[in-house]
Amino acid sequence: MIVAEQKSLAEIRQMITPYQRVLILGCGTCMTVCNAGGEREVSFLHNALRLAESRSGNGIHTFSEYTVKRQCDYEFLDSLVDKIGDVDAILSLGCGIGVQAIAERLPDLPVLPGVNTSFMGMAEEWGVWDERCAACGDCILAETGGICPITRCTKGILNGPCAGTKNGKCEANKDMDCAWILIYKRLERLGQLDKMRRYYPLRNFRTIPRPRRVASKASIDVGEGNG
Amino acid sequence: MANSLFEEKLYSGEFLVTTEVGPPKGADISEMVHHIDLLKDKVDAINITDHQSSVMRFPSLGGCLLVKERGGEPILQVTCRDRNRLALQADLLLAYSRGITNVLCLTGDSVDVGDHKEAKPVFDSDSVQLLKIIRTMESGTDIAGNELKGAPKFCIGASVHPEADFIEPQLIKFDKKVAAGAQFFQTQGIFDLRSLRRFMQYASQFDVKILAGIIVLASAGMARYMNNNVPGIIVPQATIDELAGAEKDKRLQKGIEIAAGLIKTVKEENLCHGVHIMAVGNEGIVPDILEVAQLIGVRH
Repeated sequence: MIVAEQKSLAEIRQMITPYQRVLILGCGTCMTVCNAGGEREVSFLHNALRLAESRSGNGIHTFSEYTVKRQCDYEFLDSLVDKIGDVDAILSLGCGIGVQAIAERLPDLPVLPGVNTSFMGMAEEWGVWDERCAACGDCILAETGGICPITRCTKGILNGPCAGTKNGKCEANKDMDCAWILIYKRLERLGQLDKMRRYYPLRNFRTIPRPRRVASKASIDVGEGNG
Repeated sequence: MANSLFEEKLYSGEFLVTTEVGPPKGADISEMVHHIDLLKDKVDAINITDHQSSVMRFPSLGGCLLVKERGGEPILQVTCRDRNRLALQADLLLAYSRGITNVLCLTGDSVDVGDHKEAKPVFDSDSVQLLKIIRTMESGTDIAGNELKGAPKFCIGASVHPEADFIEPQLIKFDKKVAAGAQFFQTQGIFDLRSLRRFMQYASQFDVKILAGIIVLASAGMARYMNNNVPGIIVPQATIDELAGAEKDKRLQKGIEIAAGLIKTVKEENLCHGVHIMAVGNEGIVPDILEVAQLIGVRH
């Protein structure tokens, strides 16, 4: 899933300065799971902003709150239309995709990002999320024992560890596992070390020029073994 | 015909001595020129480091040009940290055109350990791929398959870490570097010759030349600092204790003795094909080390 962190209250207050009536909009999918922008966080933020306003003594803002099931899908944004009649801006606690979906759907209304979208990952333990996929567009997990060197090696290199690894950790961060040590151990366990001995050529970054697009092409073509 | 003087020596059977000079942080090159002049006739080649430890400095290519100008034999260190495949190839063409034909191919330290931590790390390629890039260019095309007007020829090397605390994955990478065309290796710093002996038992099956990396430690504090901050360096406690036990004004002398002692043993036992002396900021003491190790004499 997508993982994000809420921006600081100070930054959010700075961002909303020009707008009087602000709708704080949560997202019921990834942002809810990573505690960055679900219904609960919308409510907390609403209270925090109101409190900050009253403390500062010159509050001009009024806030409302709402959470949609998924901000990144036009279908779920339709319900917004009757919430924005008296709103000057939307403060979205959706990921960067949600913010842009709203901007596309509501061309006359400013939309502001309330979170910093961080990465695609999973919960390592309660409250701790780790990055797992860099969406490189050219998956090699079959070669690396299901451990991604693009994401989990700080250099994203393909032909084995650099010399900076020490105690199984990365030279860039002593708390972070060296991806290539993990890969070696996993491949050894699977009896597949030959995969690590193979040469991997330069990556194809042509999948990267942005924005990327994927058109559905499930393997249902005749002759693909599914027809 | 050899692609460089260093390549010729590599296959001469002589015991080789290389060292390295770190370029300055700034445009004042006087100290670097002084070190080059001091060392150029005492060693077989001088590496010029490429923003070592990811600290921004005068470029390695510029340093190599100076080595050429002063009549020395340069080894261009190239890391993949700061240049994508276009820039790497372009720099290699420039190097070759100016007679810089020895290249040490390195992945490069992480940006996070350096002084520009917010920079974008490139790592478009890794050290193994860089070796392949060079061999491809030598065959007459760039790596996109376009013909080169004038193909370069290089003597290429890489690094290896015989004292890594988990050696097997490092050996796999070493094999890949050999297969990719590395002719010589300058190892990471060696402090315990047992690990070098073990490594050489393994490496001797390959037709490559190994130069043992010798780091000169100026104090116990420097050793501890390097253990904590410099990627790939593992100074054993015994060495730190030996330095710490020396009188305050004799610590650098102790560091020189330790380095020279390692070099002497490597040569006497014929452990590998030479040494690569890394004085890390103390380039001026390299002649003293050579003298204590009885390796002094004009080498060109």
